[in-house]
Amino acid sequence: MTAVYEPSYEPWDQTRGAEIIAEHAKQEGATLVILHALQEAFGYVPEAAIPMVAQALNLSRAEVHGVFTFYHDFRHKPAGHRVLKLCRAEACQAAGGDALAARAEAKLGVSLGNTTADDRVTLEPIYCLGLCATAPSAMLDGRLVGRLDEKRIDALIAEAQR
Amino acid sequence: MNMRIFIPRDAAAVAVGADENAVAFEQIAAKRGLPVEIIRTGSRGLCWLEPMVEVATLKGRVAYGPVSAEDVPSVFESMASNGPHPRRLGVADEIPWLKRQTRLTFARCGVIDPRSLEDYRAHGGYKGLERALSLGSDAILDEVTASGLRGRGGAGFPTGIKWKTVAQAKADRKFIVCNADEGDSGTFADRMIMEGDPFLVIEGMTTAGITVGATKGYIYIRSEYPHAVEAMNAAIVAARRGGYLGDKIGGSTYSFDMEVRVGAGAYVCGEETSLLESLEGRRGLVRAKPPLPAHHGLFGKPTVINNVLSFAAIPFILAEGAKAYADFGMGRSRGTMPIQLAGNIRQGGLFETAFGVTLGELVDDIGGGTFTGRPVRAVQVGGPLGAYFPRALFDTPFDYEAFAARDGLIGHGGIVVFDDSVDMRKQARFAMEFCAVESCGKCTPCRIGSTRGVETIEKIINGERVAENLALVEDLCNTMKFGSLCALGGFTPYPVLSALKHFREDFVPAPTTLQAAE
Repeated sequence: MTAVYEPSYEPWDQTRGAEIIAEHAKQEGATLVILHALQEAFGYVPEAAIPMVAQALNLSRAEVHGVFTFYHDFRHKPAGHRVLKLCRAEACQAAGGDALAARAEAKLGVSLGNTTADDRVTLEPIYCLGLCATAPSAMLDGRLVGRLDEKRIDALIAEAQR
Repeated sequence: MNMRIFIPRDAAAVAVGADENAVAFEQIAAKRGLPVEIIRTGSRGLCWLEPMVEVATLKGRVAYGPVSAEDVPSVFESMASNGPHPRRLGVADEIPWLKRQTRLTFARCGVIDPRSLEDYRAHGGYKGLERALSLGSDAILDEVTASGLRGRGGAGFPTGIKWKTVAQAKADRKFIVCNADEGDSGTFADRMIMEGDPFLVIEGMTTAGITVGATKGYIYIRSEYPHAVEAMNAAIVAARRGGYLGDKIGGSTYSFDMEVRVGAGAYVCGEETSLLESLEGRRGLVRAKPPLPAHHGLFGKPTVINNVLSFAAIPFILAEGAKAYADFGMGRSRGTMPIQLAGNIRQGGLFETAFGVTLGELVDDIGGGTFTGRPVRAVQVGGPLGAYFPRALFDTPFDYEAFAARDGLIGHGGIVVFDDSVDMRKQARFAMEFCAVESCGKCTPCRIGSTRGVETIEKIINGERVAENLALVEDLCNTMKFGSLCALGGFTPYPVLSALKHFREDFVPAPTTLQAAE
């Protein structure tokens, strides 16, 4: 019994984007809040949304673009259907994470930070899920998995590819 | 009477099957026709025993762990009949690993239902705030100062002095900001307390608010912690409904409210000024200090910015008095520190104890050595910016000053254990790589030095002019250390230099090999 976290996103739509921006624009320091909300809805932050955010917050396009590109989380294009994040920080390295990351790269045929050619799986590094005493760990979309070994990572990859 | 079963909802427990256990317990109880109440708690922090489940008995809560989904039917039988089971650990409070601790901050974590304000209050929650409301600002400041509490994020600045500075500042608005951007590998105490006892953090922040005259708080949680975000949001709603956030807190004349803001994957935002920039909606560029955030903080207003664990220590100090807290510890490190044992360790988890315990006790005795069974070779203390310590330094007591005297830092209290298969050249290179990826770009030594550091360490790994390049790395580290505004560029040299100093043999080929090569 495993909860299913398969993500689903709506296609980019300018009116919907404007609604989301308007919903959060009144908050103080709203830029990150809005970018998060856009990505949650569309799976990425469409280029077309940047000037809209800038206008709503009375900022320049460059300023919003600067914020958007500073943070690792924000995507400029949709990720693969499933996103598998492998924790690559020191605690997971100490617990054998390097070999597991190499195994995942080999199985999926992509290096960390890339998406498989069929757009099924995006494989990404993450720097610390805070599961450092049950390392190595990973996150498949929203679901956390700890105490990874070869068997468990293979199962996770198979699930992501389904 | 209902059987009451406690299962953690902490992310570390969920990652190893706690949710599946909860479902399995419900199913088997239904099948057996026994009335069962399942309570989802935080984690007690015995991570190697997760998922650890407990059942209420007349003698107290009896624990089982680690419990896999396949174990559930037999564990359930053992619970129902009070019979033996290979996974049975006895009364949870009597487990030696737990009993040896001094849990002041984590007293309720793993015990109560983190979604229930009633449960929090029933276990002594909001006693600190109630006393604070009766004391007023000056007396609270005296208590916090007398407790000796120092910033638990790593810098160790006295919390009482910080609060006093903000209390004395004149402004139309002031802010309380909680730094929950716990990015250091090997640390998870913030995550655990937010997931396991979120009202404690709210109570600490609220106390800060009434002390300094701030009515608005933000808790900036990293996006890698979705469970903590959910737990804090739920607790804020419950606290508001219960009259503990909003206008007239607890029937007093004070107002305070707060909200969660989510980070976006930038490690440097754990640095306080970078975090403030991020909260304001900008790139997380580090600010030069002064001015201090206490004078010009969030939106240019006087701001108390503290780590989660600092705020979480406050309710105990107010409820039990400064002396009760300050009686623990050594030297200028007063009270307790939630220490996190992680990486390649047999008994990893959260161990809260008074300052003064030695590194060796923590790693060998409490942690039980490595889970691979190989000898411990190096431990990194304090996250990616912390030094690597060899066994020879295992007599170092856990104390801000003692670690500084040995060119290390306790940081946020994380200890990552490595066995003898570790290649310290790789760890040194990783430290520089991480800095290069995460640098905000403001200071040249950090922005460019880290990349040059990666390249130079690679040359050493490839055996190119090793002695000259080692000297170059050391020189570069000194430039970064003294030429960077914040701890990212300033402390990345710690892991690098400590690897060079204590594990020199990994970098320099053994003399015999040299002779053979000539």
